[in-house]
Amino acid sequence: MKVKNVNIDIALTHIFTRKKQTIVAALGVMLGIAVYLFMNSLSAGFTRYSTNEIFKNSAHIKLYKEDAISEPLIPSADTGQLNVIVNPQILQESKKLINPQALIQQLKQYPFITHAIAQVNVDVFYNNGKSQLTGTANGVDITAADAMFNITSYMLAGNLHDLQDNVNAIVIGKGIAEKLNLGLEDNITITSSQGVNKLLKIKGIFSTGNTFTDQSKSYVNIHTAQQFAKENTTYVTTIYANTNNSDRAIQYAKKIQPSMRYKVEAWQITNADVLSGNKVRSTLMGAISLSILIVAAFGIYNILNMTVMQKLNDIAILKATGFSKKDVITIFVTEAVIMGLLGSVAGLLMGAILIAIMANIYMGPPAGYFPIYFNATIFAYSFLLGALVTFCAGYIPALKAARIDPVEIFRK
Amino acid sequence: MSEKKAILRTEGIGKYFYTPVKFKVLDGISFEAYKGEFLTLVGKSGSGKSTLLYCLSTMDSDYEGKLYINEEQVTGKKADELAALRNNSIGFIFQFHYLLPEFSCLKNIMLPALKKQAYSYEEIETRAYEKLKLLGIEDQALKPASKLSGGQQQRVSIARALINDPDIIMCDEPTGNLDSKNTQIVFDTFKKITSELGQTIIAVTHDLDFAKASDRTIELADGKILTHNKTFQ
Repeated sequence: MKVKNVNIDIALTHIFTRKKQTIVAALGVMLGIAVYLFMNSLSAGFTRYSTNEIFKNSAHIKLYKEDAISEPLIPSADTGQLNVIVNPQILQESKKLINPQALIQQLKQYPFITHAIAQVNVDVFYNNGKSQLTGTANGVDITAADAMFNITSYMLAGNLHDLQDNVNAIVIGKGIAEKLNLGLEDNITITSSQGVNKLLKIKGIFSTGNTFTDQSKSYVNIHTAQQFAKENTTYVTTIYANTNNSDRAIQYAKKIQPSMRYKVEAWQITNADVLSGNKVRSTLMGAISLSILIVAAFGIYNILNMTVMQKLNDIAILKATGFSKKDVITIFVTEAVIMGLLGSVAGLLMGAILIAIMANIYMGPPAGYFPIYFNATIFAYSFLLGALVTFCAGYIPALKAARIDPVEIFRK
Repeated sequence: MSEKKAILRTEGIGKYFYTPVKFKVLDGISFEAYKGEFLTLVGKSGSGKSTLLYCLSTMDSDYEGKLYINEEQVTGKKADELAALRNNSIGFIFQFHYLLPEFSCLKNIMLPALKKQAYSYEEIETRAYEKLKLLGIEDQALKPASKLSGGQQQRVSIARALINDPDIIMCDEPTGNLDSKNTQIVFDTFKKITSELGQTIIAVTHDLDFAKASDRTIELADGKILTHNKTFQ
């Protein structure tokens, strides 16, 4: 064999004359990398799934009027008069957004906003005979809302678009339908918190997979909702907007906020609880898989340590004939890196196979297929981490080899 | 006498061992070795002759006094500089051959030259063959080092010591493990190296016959030079 660099030549010779040990070390790394890749893909899949669940109900960015709190201290205008101190309280103000159409137009001028819709949310009671359920009726332009939340994808029965231009129609959650024993084309009496009563016809039933949502949520025509709130046709409580990149929603919200007099809130703020759950899961899976990878690295460390101990004489004569510390380190680190690279590549392959198998397992509704997918970033991370860990695992025995004093060996 | 060129020179080399108790192994060693000289170091066990050799070899740098090789002060140089110096100017032969078992004889001889990178791979290969021929074992070139007999292995290690054409070849009991026939071969080779190629040999030995046949013998006792017998002509 003819290799330009003598250090790499020696490393390769060691590797080839100890195929078994090389394979064992590489197998360890392979398992470590495969598990690391698989678990992190799983975690990313779960996160994406739960984020998609969130986007069934909420948009990337929400625009609404925040509750104002009364000033606790009203200082006196002149000296000699008394200051007024009051308990801070929520001011009873209308939640109405003024000129919603202009707001929507303004939002749509940002290049990163893809959809923006107005919505009227009213608290209502669903009645059927004596049974009663509380919930929220969302008054929307159903075509625009469908484009944004993809409601059609989780409709169980009926047609969502019957809501368009029909003020007497309603689409209810599966839970409401079950509890009140109602089906398509049945009538349902709705009472709003403002005391407005209406008899509406059920034109559709949806199931989001979230029991709470399914037992409380319904869609009505926006004008119906405005009537429930006893307001005119310009009354809008919330504007929802989607962006081209949900991960950047917080930055986008910050960008929009200065030009708006209402509160602009990103979904990450609204759903902080779900996100923190995701974070905990990712950390946990990351920690477990990382420790498996480190255990694999110990395999490389062990085998190289043993090689160094067996090759004390060889190292001594190399140092005597003019190989420097750096040369000796290069030799053993090269061996570790070769083992690591072999293991990493095999591990990525094995991880990819595992992911492909899992991604084809059908879980049944509402989850569908197992939420795992190929993510190039995770592949890159796994590979880099594998390279880094094996480098470190090789560096320690290499350093030990470099520190060997040849005189001590020759005098034995 | 003035035309003799000192290739290696020491000034008052002293060394301590610290375990189990502080003990002076070498004390005020000053001598010179000349170009083309076959110099032997003799002495009883514990006289410090091997310790001196390792100080001269630059592998042990923990000593007092000064060491010059080719009139250049070696004492105080950094480890990497010393490694390069050994690679260029010093060849080593030990009692045991210390060949790398995974490599062929040829590759074992080539390694120090591959490290030096003064020649191309093909040239180094040709030069390694020449050294093998010089030692009469060119037919063993491609065998793994571990498949050779003891005498052959020692000759391979001599070839390895010669590959970079070093000024000095240092030997620690080079014949200590060989039968009389192989000892004779090694001795003849050493004679050839010094007289024909002008390289210097400094050998530590127990073998008094071997020492007597050399150009000069330095006898050590209790870390000091006892006698310089037989002057170098």
